[in-house]
Amino acid sequence: MNIKHIIAGLSVGLALAAPVAAEDVRVGLVAKALGIGFFDAAHSGALEAAEEVGDMEIIYTGPTSTTAEGQIEVINSLIAQNVDVIAVSANDTDALVPTLRRAMQRGIEVISWDSAVAQEGRSVHLDPSSPELIGGLLARLAHDALPDGQGKVAIMSATPTSTNQNVWIEEMRNALPQYPGVEIATVLYGDDLADKSYRETVSLLQSDPEVRVIVAPTSVGIVAAAQAVTDEGKIGEVIITGLGLPSEMAGHIHSGAAKNFAVWNPIDLGYSTAMIAYNLAKENAEAAPGSEISMGRVGTLSLDDTLSGAMAEPFIYDETNVDEFAEIF
Amino acid sequence: MLARIVASRDLMLALIIVAMCLLIATRFPQFIAPGNLIAIAADSSVLIILVMGQLCVILTRCIDLSVASNLALTGMLIGMLNTAQPDIPVPVLALLASLFGLMLGAFNGALVWLLGLPAIVVTLGTLAIYRGMIYVVSGGAWVNAHEMSPAFLGAIRQEVFGVPVLLWVGVAVVAIVAFILRRTAIGRAFYTVGGNPTAAVYAGLNVGRTQFVAFCISGALAGLAGYLWVARYAVAYVEIARGFEFDVVAACVIGGISIMGGIGTVTGALLGALFLGVVKNALPVIGISPFWQLALSGFVIILAVVINARSARSRGRQILPTQREAAP
Repeated sequence: MNIKHIIAGLSVGLALAAPVAAEDVRVGLVAKALGIGFFDAAHSGALEAAEEVGDMEIIYTGPTSTTAEGQIEVINSLIAQNVDVIAVSANDTDALVPTLRRAMQRGIEVISWDSAVAQEGRSVHLDPSSPELIGGLLARLAHDALPDGQGKVAIMSATPTSTNQNVWIEEMRNALPQYPGVEIATVLYGDDLADKSYRETVSLLQSDPEVRVIVAPTSVGIVAAAQAVTDEGKIGEVIITGLGLPSEMAGHIHSGAAKNFAVWNPIDLGYSTAMIAYNLAKENAEAAPGSEISMGRVGTLSLDDTLSGAMAEPFIYDETNVDEFAEIF
Repeated sequence: MLARIVASRDLMLALIIVAMCLLIATRFPQFIAPGNLIAIAADSSVLIILVMGQLCVILTRCIDLSVASNLALTGMLIGMLNTAQPDIPVPVLALLASLFGLMLGAFNGALVWLLGLPAIVVTLGTLAIYRGMIYVVSGGAWVNAHEMSPAFLGAIRQEVFGVPVLLWVGVAVVAIVAFILRRTAIGRAFYTVGGNPTAAVYAGLNVGRTQFVAFCISGALAGLAGYLWVARYAVAYVEIARGFEFDVVAACVIGGISIMGGIGTVTGALLGALFLGVVKNALPVIGISPFWQLALSGFVIILAVVINARSARSRGRQILPTQREAAP
């Protein structure tokens, strides 16, 4: 198994390395596991970045299952190939640190993306988004879904104690002063259970018929709310939006229960990761608190004190692109 | 005498449900509109079906904790089958779901019957096995609304005489289980085996086999419920109906079914399920803080059981002389 991995990694590396010039920046892009649509999409984004800059080579690799042990093997093989940058979406925050430190001692630039490595095991971390950006986008989606931007909005959350949801909803409230017509009527808690989310939505449709939009920043809740609106015959009258996955939401976009929804775009994430890797390797930017790193067409990454930064606000999916992405994740 | 007590228990529970509905209506009048009551009954239909199966099992002095996992595994398989072969007609899918659920139930029953293991241990194990199997068959992926055929989703939503098919299925299951328990030898055997296993053996009943049949019924109904659940919420994933077995057992207890076996009626089980259905549907509309909902629903359940149990308290019969009388 080990040897197979290394040989596979080497042969991919050699095959790609052969035709290109020696001074190319070689980036090892490590997925949580191979064969996951999300990471395959990130790979295609990284290839797009490689084509754009010209002198970058992407070595896309990862374990066969989402384990830290598998990633350590893969990273060891990248170290043996002496790549310039290792960019990893970590299966475990801490377990990869010793291996990645070894890579850094050998002069390899190490960054993490999507899922972070502890700070001592990397230089830069790229978050797909940040609570402020997500909250701001949720407020905008609610505003855009309301007729004339005026009216009542309900929020479908997970449990009353889910940290992510609470932070995002808080940030959404903070963003609301920009949209004076939007009024949050209530927050529903579906506990990330399909049946409870469904029942809460049906009850809301009866008890507060003035609600025009339901914002669900949870992938279980948004699907259940959309189904409830469909079953109650309220398509067009009450619009669902929020955070969800294209493969899960495609049907509800086509039915009209939801006009759009958001989540990070894996292609942009792979593209930005590759761009950051390239700029760090070429010393166009440095990994220091407060520094700015260009991510090409996506924008600029600003690093905070922990050297992490947020790529962008979540990407919006609608009728025009949902099917294309539904194939991916 | 016994029949009268049971009847008064059920009557009491029915009155509690009606009183609760009226109380909710003072805060939210549309709650008792006929359309909404039908919607609540339809929403409770899956629970009612599972409770009918659980009734059979509990009557035989066993318990089936694997019903929610059975539902989820069967639902996932039926969802995947529908995605792969959208042309299979819905009645065939529902039948396949029941058969597959029956197999899972039979596995429980066989362990209890042939190995003589306690039902709570067996079904606690299969609860985890069946749930774990969903990961294996699905790889953690979801089956989504747009992957299911319109017929698959539409069948249970069609209305016949103003009532959705989902609820008609529940009604049919209640009728069938009522018939089995009242009019068939095996149904009567459930009561005997649970009420007094020793006497059942002397009466020529095979206790283990009777329990096996009860598990098969429970499994088949859980499988059927698997299709209904997935079609209703238009999604299948690993976590569906997690923890639902507690609702099922709670409904049985509220309905006056004795966990010790041998005592319980279809009416009581039905009312227990409807009671929980009303509570679940009422909590969101009467504007109670979500932080309170869970605790409050538990409180209401205990209250119902207390009121219900007090109305049915009987003295108990002294058939043997007490120690003092027996002493010379």
